[in-house]
Amino acid sequence: MITPAAPAEPGLLVQSLVILLAAAITDNILLTRFLGMCSFIAISRQMKTSIGLGVAVAATTTATAALNYLVHTYIVLPLKIEFLEYILFIVVIAAFVQFVEMVIERFSPPLYFALGIFLPLITVNCAILGVSLFMIAKEGYGFWQCLVFGLGSGLGWLLAIVLMAGIRNRLKEDKVPENLRGTGITLIICGIIALGFVGFSGMIKF
Amino acid sequence: MGFLDSPGGKALVLNLWRENPVFRQVIGICSTLAVTNLLKNTVLMCGALTFATALSCATISVLRAYTPKQVRMMVQVLIIAAYVIVAGFAMRAWFPEVHKLIGPYVGLIITNCILMGRCEAFAAKNPAWPSFLDGAGAGLGYSLVLIPIAVVREVMGFGTLFGLALPARELWWHQWTIMIMPTGAFFMLALIVWLCNHWVRRQGGTPA
Repeated sequence: MITPAAPAEPGLLVQSLVILLAAAITDNILLTRFLGMCSFIAISRQMKTSIGLGVAVAATTTATAALNYLVHTYIVLPLKIEFLEYILFIVVIAAFVQFVEMVIERFSPPLYFALGIFLPLITVNCAILGVSLFMIAKEGYGFWQCLVFGLGSGLGWLLAIVLMAGIRNRLKEDKVPENLRGTGITLIICGIIALGFVGFSGMIKF
Repeated sequence: MGFLDSPGGKALVLNLWRENPVFRQVIGICSTLAVTNLLKNTVLMCGALTFATALSCATISVLRAYTPKQVRMMVQVLIIAAYVIVAGFAMRAWFPEVHKLIGPYVGLIITNCILMGRCEAFAAKNPAWPSFLDGAGAGLGYSLVLIPIAVVREVMGFGTLFGLALPARELWWHQWTIMIMPTGAFFMLALIVWLCNHWVRRQGGTPA
């Protein structure tokens, strides 16, 4: 039997794929880290706005993960200003969200009005800041890995909100106990989906 | 006029129950779910959040006359971030092992909707002392929900309380692994929302 010479380091592509899948599925930012719950619960009533917000969040996490990696590596570490890190991250995120908001307003006014208050709220969506904070806590991530991690986390959030919007759509006609309607049943469904996602956890080994 | 009739006292009590941020307004629940598998982490997190909310509300209230409307949000975020950084450093110094586990969530207090909500809804229009009490009330209202969740999850998931083993647990205790997992957190919060809605409805109010 011929044993292939095992490469010590997996190729960049394989590694990226692993990071992407892990961030999107086994370490789903919403279902296992509970980030971005507020807008998730409020927005997931409708499929269309869910997709819109999900895409906006995915774009923002990808871009801010990359930008914040640069801020972390080239500004915070050389100047030893770790204590200002939260503030710098937030400023980068706020500026970027403002930019996304202008783009959506220009190209899709209906989506802009449907998202309403939740667009500026992406700034304080903990998923965005959370991705940046979890990213710098991971060791050995370079620029590319952070970009992929941001993308994977954002896609995971999009996946979760789309799943939930679909389920809530079906649930409209069902008889849910009066006091569980709205938030209560949404949380229970989240729990059940989270249980499903835990099933993936053995599949990806770092 | 008693303390509870003053504007600050009223705001404090209102936040504790009738307008409780977690189960009445359903905001700020990210960390509610994430830090509640151990009671010690939960208590420290609640302390950090109450500290940050109360002091940033007071500060924002003091500065409200000098803050231009257009950059209001930015100023609020910076003030909140300053207090959160203080809380984060204090926790890293005194409880390094807890900080390792929930560190990112302490940083995430900055984007916790409770803080922004209280600053916008109350502190931007009221004097400093009532704003301080309002913020403290919101923090305590948050703790009021988190601590019971943490007690149930730690007892059922780990068989300990505050890190101490329960008495004679080998005789009667069985591990509910589901309580350690994210699912346990979702179910516990759903249960609390359910019970509170039930109670509110019986009192004749409108549930969340």
